[in-house]
Amino acid sequence: MSGRRIEHGGRVDRSRVIRFTFDGKTCSGFAGDTLASALLANGVRVFGRSFKYHRPRGVIAAGSEEPNALVTVIRDEARCAPNLRATQVELYDGLVARSQNRWPSLDFDVQAVNDLLSPLLPAAFYYKTFMWPRAAWHKLYEPLIRRAAGLGESPTLPDPDRYSQRFAHCDVLVVGAGPAGIAAALSASTSGARVMLCDEQPEFGGSLLDEPTATIDGKASGDWVRDSIATLRARANVTLLSRTTAFGYFPHNLLGLNERITEHLPAPSANMPRERLWQVRAARVVIATGSIERPLVFPGNDRPGVMLASAARTYLNRHGVAVGQNVVLVTGSDAAYSAALDLRVAGVRVALIADVRTDAAGAPLDTARQAGIEVVTGATVLGTRGRLGVREVTIGMLASGAVNDTRRVECDALLVSGGYTPSVHLFSQSRGKLEFNEARQAFLPSISAEPECSAGSCRGVDGYAEVLNDGARVGAESALAAGHSVAAQQYRVQSREFSMHGLPGVLPQANHLQPSRAFVDFQNDVTTKDLALAMSEGFESVEHIKRYTTTGMATDQGKTSNMNALAFVAGELGRAIPKVGLTTFRMPYTPITFGIFAGYDRGDLFDPVRPTPMHDWAVQQAAVFEDVGQWKRARYFPRPGEDMHAAVERECKAVRAGVGMFDASTLGKIEVVGPDAATFLSRMYVNGFATLAVGRSRYGILLRDDGFIYDDGVIARIAEDRFHVTTTTGGAARVFGMMEDYLQTEWPDVKCWLTSTTEQWCVIAVQGPRARDVLAPLVSDVDFSAAALPHLGVTQGRICGVPMRLFRMSFTGELGYEVNVPSDYGLAVWEAIHAAGQSHGITPYGTETMHVLRAEKGYIIVGQETDGTVTPDDAGLGWAIAKSKPDFVGKRSLARATMHAPDRKQLVGLLTADPRVVLDEGAQIVATRGQRAPMKMIGHVTSSYHSAVLGRSIALALVRGGRARIGETLYVPMPGGEIPVQVTATVFYDAEGARLHG
Amino acid sequence: MLLIQCPYCGLRPELEFAYAGQAHVARPADPSTTSPEQWAEFLYLRNNTRGIHAERWRHVRGCARFFNALRDTTTDHFLATYRAGEPMPAIQAVQQP
Ligand SMILES: [Zn+2]
Repeated sequence: MSGRRIEHGGRVDRSRVIRFTFDGKTCSGFAGDTLASALLANGVRVFGRSFKYHRPRGVIAAGSEEPNALVTVIRDEARCAPNLRATQVELYDGLVARSQNRWPSLDFDVQAVNDLLSPLLPAAFYYKTFMWPRAAWHKLYEPLIRRAAGLGESPTLPDPDRYSQRFAHCDVLVVGAGPAGIAAALSASTSGARVMLCDEQPEFGGSLLDEPTATIDGKASGDWVRDSIATLRARANVTLLSRTTAFGYFPHNLLGLNERITEHLPAPSANMPRERLWQVRAARVVIATGSIERPLVFPGNDRPGVMLASAARTYLNRHGVAVGQNVVLVTGSDAAYSAALDLRVAGVRVALIADVRTDAAGAPLDTARQAGIEVVTGATVLGTRGRLGVREVTIGMLASGAVNDTRRVECDALLVSGGYTPSVHLFSQSRGKLEFNEARQAFLPSISAEPECSAGSCRGVDGYAEVLNDGARVGAESALAAGHSVAAQQYRVQSREFSMHGLPGVLPQANHLQPSRAFVDFQNDVTTKDLALAMSEGFESVEHIKRYTTTGMATDQGKTSNMNALAFVAGELGRAIPKVGLTTFRMPYTPITFGIFAGYDRGDLFDPVRPTPMHDWAVQQAAVFEDVGQWKRARYFPRPGEDMHAAVERECKAVRAGVGMFDASTLGKIEVVGPDAATFLSRMYVNGFATLAVGRSRYGILLRDDGFIYDDGVIARIAEDRFHVTTTTGGAARVFGMMEDYLQTEWPDVKCWLTSTTEQWCVIAVQGPRARDVLAPLVSDVDFSAAALPHLGVTQGRICGVPMRLFRMSFTGELGYEVNVPSDYGLAVWEAIHAAGQSHGITPYGTETMHVLRAEKGYIIVGQETDGTVTPDDAGLGWAIAKSKPDFVGKRSLARATMHAPDRKQLVGLLTADPRVVLDEGAQIVATRGQRAPMKMIGHVTSSYHSAVLGRSIALALVRGGRARIGETLYVPMPGGEIPVQVTATVFYDAEGARLHG
Repeated sequence: MLLIQCPYCGLRPELEFAYAGQAHVARPADPSTTSPEQWAEFLYLRNNTRGIHAERWRHVRGCARFFNALRDTTTDHFLATYRAGEPMPAIQAVQQP
């Protein structure tokens, strides 16, 4: 037992006892405890085992900077949060916590043998040892390392919780509700400016909560905090967010806040989100994030019971917990004396204050001595002892650079302080420039990159009066900059305060030439020896040393270790700290859940789903769907007992022999209107449109300016100045964007307007020899005769009384129509056609049948036969190009000689020697048999199906010089052997096109 | 997430915009007269500026207009936005916010 609850004092509610378990053992604490404070009060010293050496570790800090005391908190099998800092876990009734990184138990850990092997596990040991053989990584090294050197385990079940996301705007966002932040929010909000104040802790007040004896304007510090927060809460223009971490500073003053809503509740309501992501855009930001005490670096500095002096003070004054009963303080700063003095007042024995500064003097030392505490100066720590917690510390006395006297002092807690490091994380994330301050031995904010200002201790201001007045001033100035005029208040403070200045770095040792094993980064187990080794191997850049040793790269991002590592490196290299430089601060400030980033975008809401008007009908018909972009398309309509092959075979035969109907609503549609509409389309597409008559349509090919096929579709002239353009399903948005780009920026003088009408028109394709018979009774106001509406004719009229654009067109090679009706009428018209077609055996078919039918005709699909390197001529579509046009998008590139090289890949048909063999799409093609890898590949299969009408397999392929190879035999090498194929023309069925004109 | 001044709609969040590459790369009026080198430069060569970069944005989820912007690629600060077709503002005349 070392820590214990003192008789009274602290801010915990002693009337509310809370029961919880730690590693299966039932403990109790009070409302207001953190898991760390409650465990300390229960005498627990070992909180976990360290990452690499499995050394027993205790709690070092009392806040979010804690590197050691990581625990897993378990609500149920799916709600199991690893790597939480025990210092931030609020106690609730029934809380179940488990220590990490130990087996079988905290007190006896098998892998602690790593610690004995530490001479074999230096910096970059894993890099050096497990490099070879490569194949061993996946099977052997990686699992081994992960098991040995892991942190907590994540749950394997899906996350059952909900996460919310909000955007917010304000005039002044204040980050941190300590004295500076509260003063800033108070002054900024008197003006009517919209103010937000957030703090990562459950209670506002920051360090004032550790300072019960100070008074502000005559009020006890706790009362001042309470009244100030009440004032802010009463103001309608103020938003207060506790348990809310500002984790990231993004460009243009956007900050990410992580609000934890239910983590502290014993039984959260299912209606509440677990956490909320706030994206706050602030006109001005006040950074009031305070500062973090630095540990000291000496041999044995990681033993449980070694703790920051400020943490001991927090546990005492906030939680009523004395971290030891016989403590020693080792300090390089005045401020830490307050911890020893407060503990002394609480009845704790302070065995010794060892000040490492030879010139330490003045009020803090005098006060301590008056309180009966022995104080020595010019001291260092040579080592500590105690198997599962510090029992004894060896103090050495320095004289003219050498240790000339040592003494051993018994203690159950060793408080340390190297002074305070201003928390410049957010400032640095905002890309502000830091400057090293010699007097403070710290990096402080210098030049801002965003409209923000730091206030209080995070910019090196020392003393409560100064901090409060700094906060008030910065708050007022920020409100003014956001357009709200206010005057800053002045605060009067009475307190016993000592300077936070300190000294970064490593305590001097007896033999300086041999760096001792003193821990710099507790979470990643990096010692001074590791840093020295990295430097001896030639690493000098602090960014390189960081990556080689992993110092500062753990989940705590080096909050307690970075300055010490930097000072050690600077000392070893004999350079000034600012010359060595600082590693980059990155978001997130503390680890945050993936859940807040996912927010509502999960499951059905992950991506929009676009159903067509006939979607539900197809569902009722047991259609099997496929995703095409965001669209759901019916792939085939199996009847009972049919697999895909059987269904597609039946659907294909029905279209060729009778009539089928197909939902083509997903095709992109763009209405191009204006006096220059024909000119515009002639410039965009390879085809000519000036000569296209009203009531006619044309197959159009769209290139990029690099000459390669980008999209295709049918373009109909509805009127002199009006065209109905269709695009591929997947290409609709990008084609529309490309057209807008050329129209707006290259040809602003061209008078036409583009409107996306994709979702306005429902498209029903009726295809097959009996298509006209099905539609004829349904249409009106239309001359439906073959002569009046020939292939590629377009007309307007009515179907079932509904306005219609009727295209005579075919993607199947059969007589076909595409009925366009307003989407709201789509389902009704579809059902009417389906009913009218019953006597003709009309068969709904899906995209798979559509693919087979078009492949039988050699019609390409952009993105299947093309891949961004295919020209119209490559695809056998050179005939579509209007060669007389002076220009169109891509024309100049088509004129390049290489675009006409005879060995370009050209689209051809392939017929396997064995008609039952269906080639794999994407399979490679070679010219000769018996080649050994690497083979000379001359092409690949783009489409491959079983053709029902031909009773055999067919394929399309891109083959080098393919058209000159028609009639040749090529080979498709597959794992089962080479498949011989004959090169053919691309049209397999009805080559003369008689059926189209039926 | 950047804040971007659409010349037509005002200050809007980056979510509403799409980046559209380097600005002031004009398509030759008569491409057929360009040399292969000139055409290749138009098609493929773009600057990778450290500093002030003239670039195109489209307010695609707003007014859908393309416009031009001057952005400092080292700070992400916009120095100016202006309509397509307007000349590039003299950079020294634009004050940083
Ligand atoms: Zn706009």
